[in-house]
Amino acid sequence: MNIIEQLEAEQVASLNKDIPDFKAGDTIKVGYKVTEGTRSRVQNYEGVCISRAGGNGIAASFTVRKISFGEGVERVFPLHSTNIAEISVVRRGRVRRSKLYYLRTRRGKSARIAEKTNYKPKQSA
Amino acid sequence: MRSGIIAKKVGMTRLFLEDGKQVPVTVLQLDSLQVVAQRTAEKDGYTAVQLGSGLAKAKRTSAAMRGHFALAKVAPKRKVAEFRVSEDALIDVGEEISAEHFLAGQKVDISGTSIGKGFAGGMKRHNFKGLRASHGVSISHRSHGSTGQCQEPGKVFKGKKMAGHMGAAKVTTQNLEVVRTDSSRGLIMIKGAVPGSKGGWVTVKDAVKKPAPKDLPYPAALKSVASEKVEPNSELPEGGSEE
Repeated sequence: MNIIEQLEAEQVASLNKDIPDFKAGDTIKVGYKVTEGTRSRVQNYEGVCISRAGGNGIAASFTVRKISFGEGVERVFPLHSTNIAEISVVRRGRVRRSKLYYLRTRRGKSARIAEKTNYKPKQSA
Repeated sequence: MRSGIIAKKVGMTRLFLEDGKQVPVTVLQLDSLQVVAQRTAEKDGYTAVQLGSGLAKAKRTSAAMRGHFALAKVAPKRKVAEFRVSEDALIDVGEEISAEHFLAGQKVDISGTSIGKGFAGGMKRHNFKGLRASHGVSISHRSHGSTGQCQEPGKVFKGKKMAGHMGAAKVTTQNLEVVRTDSSRGLIMIKGAVPGSKGGWVTVKDAVKKPAPKDLPYPAALKSVASEKVEPNSELPEGGSEE
């Protein structure tokens, strides 16, 4: 392992984040720390994960799309960000591709994702 | 004036800080960085230290350099560079410098050889705008435009920015911030980008345009001094494995 990989692996281990198993198509809830002045609170952002990039490395990120007041909103979160308090999976979706960018052109009924009924939790090694 | 150091650019990564900030960092590595020679006012007319870094094969080192390294009783080095220092900051020949030479939060100037771009046009080399996409422009959309005036002066002025060789030149970036140091592995993390390619040699010096922190190790952070003290680096984060 080269030095950069080693440093990144160490940092992932030291951050010690509890990241659930989720992929594109899943509806997830992200608790994001927001600082207003001196006070800090956790803001929830719930939507469909439409993309995951960067694997599980330190540079990994995921995109969450939701419809807010009739307007599509997408937010990209760094997977290992210290600003993320919690990620929880609300619903597992059944999709056939890894990047759901086609949802951007769809609204309402056609933008639905079927629920995955046969989800098996990954065996944690 | 303290000595700078020679380091090897390892690559870039990012750090997540406790307050939620992300910091892009360039990782530099110190590879058996030792003092190879001294320049003194009596002998050379100026004071400086010559540092060497990396490990070179003895059989691929020229006989002249082998003799030079033998005089200093150090192993042959890949990269040798001189740093001007004030007279009280001279370091003994053979001393090894550690990554604690710089402190986190300190500003440094870093020089390296930029990545070569070959023969580049005016748009890439000097940020020229190029010519228009339409309105009768043919074939020369990325060319530079006019290079001068008329019959008077009747020539192209010297130093006119034109296409030509770009990159592979010495570039110094000033006031880069040291984010973290790791003396056990000899790593220095610098905020942002550093000139040069991965695996390239760079020199790191205290910033000339910013005041240096008061508690900097003077004349240098030496491994021989650090080993005398008992565990001086207990506040460092736990490393995974050595080397």
